[in-house]
Amino acid sequence: MQLRTRRLSLFTSLLLSVAAGACSGGHGRGDEPSAETTTEGASPTPQSTTLTIKGSDTMVILAQRWAEAFMAANPGTTLQVSGGGSGTGIAALINGTVDLADASRPMKDREKTQIRERRNGEAHEIPVALDALAVYVHDDNPVHSLTIPQLKQIFRGEVTNWNQVGGSDAAIVLYGRENNSGTYAYFKEHVLDDLDFAQEAQSLPGTAAVINAVSHDPGGVGYGGIAYAQGVHTVSVAAEGGQPIEPNMQNALDGSYPLSRFLYVYSVGQPSGLAQRYVEFMLSSAGQALVENVGYYPLPHEGAAEVPAPSGAAAPEAPAEPAQ
Amino acid sequence: MNSARARLSPGLVRAAVDEDTRERARPMKRPPLGQGFKMPLSHRLAEKLIALMAMSAIASVALIFIFVAKEALPLAWEHLEGLHLADLFLPQTWRGYHEAVYIWQPVGTPEKFNVVPLFLGSLKVTLLAMLFSVPLGVGCAIYLALYAPRRLREVVKPVIELLAAVPSVVLGFFALMVLATWMQDAMGWHFRLNAVVAAVGLALTIVPVIFTISEDALTAVPHSLSEAALALGARKYQVALRIVVPTAAPGIAAGVILGFGRAIGETMIVLMASGNAAIMKPFDFTTSVRTVTASIAAELGEVAQGDAHWRVLFLLGAMLFAITFALNFVGSVAIRRLEKKLTAT
Repeated sequence: MQLRTRRLSLFTSLLLSVAAGACSGGHGRGDEPSAETTTEGASPTPQSTTLTIKGSDTMVILAQRWAEAFMAANPGTTLQVSGGGSGTGIAALINGTVDLADASRPMKDREKTQIRERRNGEAHEIPVALDALAVYVHDDNPVHSLTIPQLKQIFRGEVTNWNQVGGSDAAIVLYGRENNSGTYAYFKEHVLDDLDFAQEAQSLPGTAAVINAVSHDPGGVGYGGIAYAQGVHTVSVAAEGGQPIEPNMQNALDGSYPLSRFLYVYSVGQPSGLAQRYVEFMLSSAGQALVENVGYYPLPHEGAAEVPAPSGAAAPEAPAEPAQ
Repeated sequence: MNSARARLSPGLVRAAVDEDTRERARPMKRPPLGQGFKMPLSHRLAEKLIALMAMSAIASVALIFIFVAKEALPLAWEHLEGLHLADLFLPQTWRGYHEAVYIWQPVGTPEKFNVVPLFLGSLKVTLLAMLFSVPLGVGCAIYLALYAPRRLREVVKPVIELLAAVPSVVLGFFALMVLATWMQDAMGWHFRLNAVVAAVGLALTIVPVIFTISEDALTAVPHSLSEAALALGARKYQVALRIVVPTAAPGIAAGVILGFGRAIGETMIVLMASGNAAIMKPFDFTTSVRTVTASIAAELGEVAQGDAHWRVLFLLGAMLFAITFALNFVGSVAIRRLEKKLTAT
């Protein structure tokens, strides 16, 4: 029950943030007045005590937990975290209204060029967690595994009945994310080979909304981050010619699950000052423990080795449990 | 027959007499009130200030339009990513499609910006919402203005107007969680979230608009008219349908037009309850729809400034602005006509 209300309130807050984003869609994109002061230059000054972070809805709960824990460990600092979608976060980074952008997909070349042109710096990519993108169906749906080509046909609108993929005779109803979502972009690229979703694919704001819709719709199918999977069941996914693999931590970590992906944080140039300390905290064992807590997977060790090793006094003291 | 009687109506005669006296009075023109003597400076300043405030409202509307159009206009000559204005409105054959199609898929390669499905979606939801709300709003207004006992009227009118105060996000949430489930259980349509669900939610926001304006128009019809008709032996329904409603018709029309403008500009309810799939099926009202407003709300946060996508969204905004502006203009002209008509008879 508590979970449900949490999900609903998350959903409304996402919608509100969408609305707020739309209302403030002009040049002064920042919902947060302090964003102006911290991002005048290319990167925040070392003395700044405020960080603005925006981006992926998939990551917003995780980012909030990190921010809570970081603020608890570093009194006097303020971290403002908001969602809106990976594209939204990256656009905000390009436009200079945030310090860090959360993204559930790698930055596109065009976006990197825009960062170079607008912000006079290179986009800096930091993988911070691992996620398995899950495909959800209604709890009563007998389908428990699908191949990538089948998923492609389903979401392209070429297969329209569940009995064509081994289910019962029922029309397939497609749910997905809005096109500013990293999950949308990832799915389009990896499952649809960059072809379009079917016209009939409905887009909903946030994975929670997708799951809510699928849980109400016996013929529904949707996709989203694994951390949200409640009230519906996930299907095992098989790569072309491969075995169906269940979306779970083990399979995501060893790379056998075909739809696993990194979650990223982006900055303009190497993060410095507070942003650097925050990045170090996310990659520390305390930060990675929170990743597991929220339902994503911590970075495998080879992934962690690519990024600056955690250092500094603040990180290890951070509590593993978020403030109540 | 009817028109001949109208030509001889006492109202017109009175108007003609008035016109005549006005004609004769013209030579003895007096200076307008308050200009025969010099006003103190503070009065003049205050007058200027009030005029400035009134102008600032006009200026802000103009500035908003200029800003929105300014962002959209470069589309006509920049051809960002090979995008021409005609591509926004004409069907095209893309990779993976067998025929020329109207597609709105602004993210991906290549980006497809055809705005036709969005306007179709807006139109579908709005027309459906009008279909629900016009009979309701006008019916309520006729009942309350002509039939309801006064005590009932004093209760019902504020309650309907209170509906206008419900935040649209709340109505959207209601449509999404409650209405959609009812409708799914009752109808079993393919799309749980569809144009009908969104339209019902939308109708709740525009019923008060239509009701309030229609009710005002109906109560503004002079009692002398209906009393005269009753005295001539007309039944109550005849008075209502043939005297009062036709006289108030421009006002009711204004209410309907303003309601239409409100509905086509509404964002939150359609964003939440319409499913947001840009489907090009003009005559199927049970499909999910993606409206212009919902697209702007959902996508504007994502795009980088100056992109083709950014410009297209501003173009959508400018077009929507022009449409609602024109509708409001027509609505206010209709109201003015009603006032003229009522004062003449």
